[in-house]
Amino acid sequence: MNNIWIITRRELATFFNSLMAYIMIIAFLGFSGFFTWFLGSDIFFIKQASLGSFFNIAFWTLFFFIPGLTMRLFAEETRSGTIEVLLTKPVSDWQVVLGKFLSTLILIIIALLMTFPYYITVASLGNIDHGAVWSGYLGLILMSAGYISIGLFTSSISNNQIVGYLLALFIGIFFQIIFSFVAIYMSGFVGEIFNFLSVPTHIESISRGVIDSRDLIFFLSLIFFGLILTEANLEKSRL
Amino acid sequence: MDIIVENLTKKYGTQKAIDNISFKVKTGEILGFLGPNGAGKTTTMKVLITFLIPDEGNIRIGEFNVIDQPEKIKRHIGYLSENNPLYSEMPVIDYLKYTAELYGLPKSKIKNRILEMINICGLQGEKHKNIGELSKGYQQRVGLAQALIHDPEVLILDEPTAGLDPNQIIEIRELIKKIGKEKTVLLSSHILAEVEATCDRIMIINKGKIVADGTAKDLRKHAQGKEILQVTIEDSDKNDVFKNLQELKTVSLVDFIPGKESTFEIQSNPETSSRRSIFKLCVDNGWTLTEMTVFETKLEDIFRELTMN
Repeated sequence: MNNIWIITRRELATFFNSLMAYIMIIAFLGFSGFFTWFLGSDIFFIKQASLGSFFNIAFWTLFFFIPGLTMRLFAEETRSGTIEVLLTKPVSDWQVVLGKFLSTLILIIIALLMTFPYYITVASLGNIDHGAVWSGYLGLILMSAGYISIGLFTSSISNNQIVGYLLALFIGIFFQIIFSFVAIYMSGFVGEIFNFLSVPTHIESISRGVIDSRDLIFFLSLIFFGLILTEANLEKSRL
Repeated sequence: MDIIVENLTKKYGTQKAIDNISFKVKTGEILGFLGPNGAGKTTTMKVLITFLIPDEGNIRIGEFNVIDQPEKIKRHIGYLSENNPLYSEMPVIDYLKYTAELYGLPKSKIKNRILEMINICGLQGEKHKNIGELSKGYQQRVGLAQALIHDPEVLILDEPTAGLDPNQIIEIRELIKKIGKEKTVLLSSHILAEVEATCDRIMIINKGKIVADGTAKDLRKHAQGKEILQVTIEDSDKNDVFKNLQELKTVSLVDFIPGKESTFEIQSNPETSSRRSIFKLCVDNGWTLTEMTVFETKLEDIFRELTMN
């Protein structure tokens, strides 16, 4: 446990020292703020005291930003060879994977915390459904965790960061839209499966304020599979 | 802690990088690992540090088994990798702290230990710089500092002096020698003189197999039992001397040395010396002996002989 935290701290420090973190936070706030308050179906347009428009836009910004944060995590270490030095320290592969996972998740949570002024502003404008806001945030965090684990996996495949980024987007797009499209055209059991695999299904259900065990199971297994594949990739490099 | 390697084999695909090797390194011994590129030095080291999983064989370090107890072994090993990869965006002091924490050093001791390592490795002026800004020599010291920070009983150093200037090389060698008195050290190198200067024992590896193992002296004796002399004999007829030298019982081969008047290279039969009889020959014929040099076989020659096919 202690080792995981040591690795998490180092990765976070790297995020902040390399400007990555600031760029990510500023761009995220800029995008989501612009579309929440000024353009498209923004809060004033829909005339409801709800953060729905923010959650919709964050859903897409996070989808594109997360692979940018994770692409470096393993690719750079395998390219420079530091992974070898790290794995000869008394840490297990799992501790390394979890440390890197947590560091990115914490960064995302920091970015989300910075959108709290939106919440406060909207709450002062009208009668906001507090439960829906909290569950909306929870949905975003769960979704981010899922995409982080996919990003970690693709970063561990190749030592080229761009390959890691594009591959994460490629895998992610299936969960993000393709599965829900397929689900529309499939009926019965197969349709159910694709519906279950689609991220928007679960985000919608969570953002209604109902946290179903099905949604939790989906996100937790997505995270779990991503991480287990990452660990398997690390293991493979030493055979 | 002794290192005991038994019948180690490591394959990459179908190619055997290490082919059934066995050796032992005792506590307090510095073993030099020599071999041409691709001989299997680095692979052997990576197996020892538990980074690579061997296909066959058994390795024990102290009482631990590399395959079953990697986590325990890692605490006792310090490792410097071949091209010394480091986090270039991290300050030296932060990197050493990070390493010390990963090795589980108690919090109260970390600060002192880092300062100690900075002193030993001569990094006082550089401790707050980012590693990426340091010269190759200083980076090498950082690599050494991170390998030594937890005071390991076993040190595995892959080309520790690569990229250093001559002064730094001597400093690092002295450091390794000093540390090596109480620890088990395995170091690899291309530079034969370095291995000879630093190591108690030398092991030459070629194509995944051990081709020689012993002290520098042993290797010389083993590789060439023949004495080679360079002799200059003046006040005489060149061809006459040549003929007479060839007739000596202990001499197996006489050669003119091109460009040098009346100088000969003489090879004796194995296990014999021709020095006395050459002197006697000169005295008997009234020639003047102005030079007699015994050539030592160079380690380079042994290396070439063992690793070239």
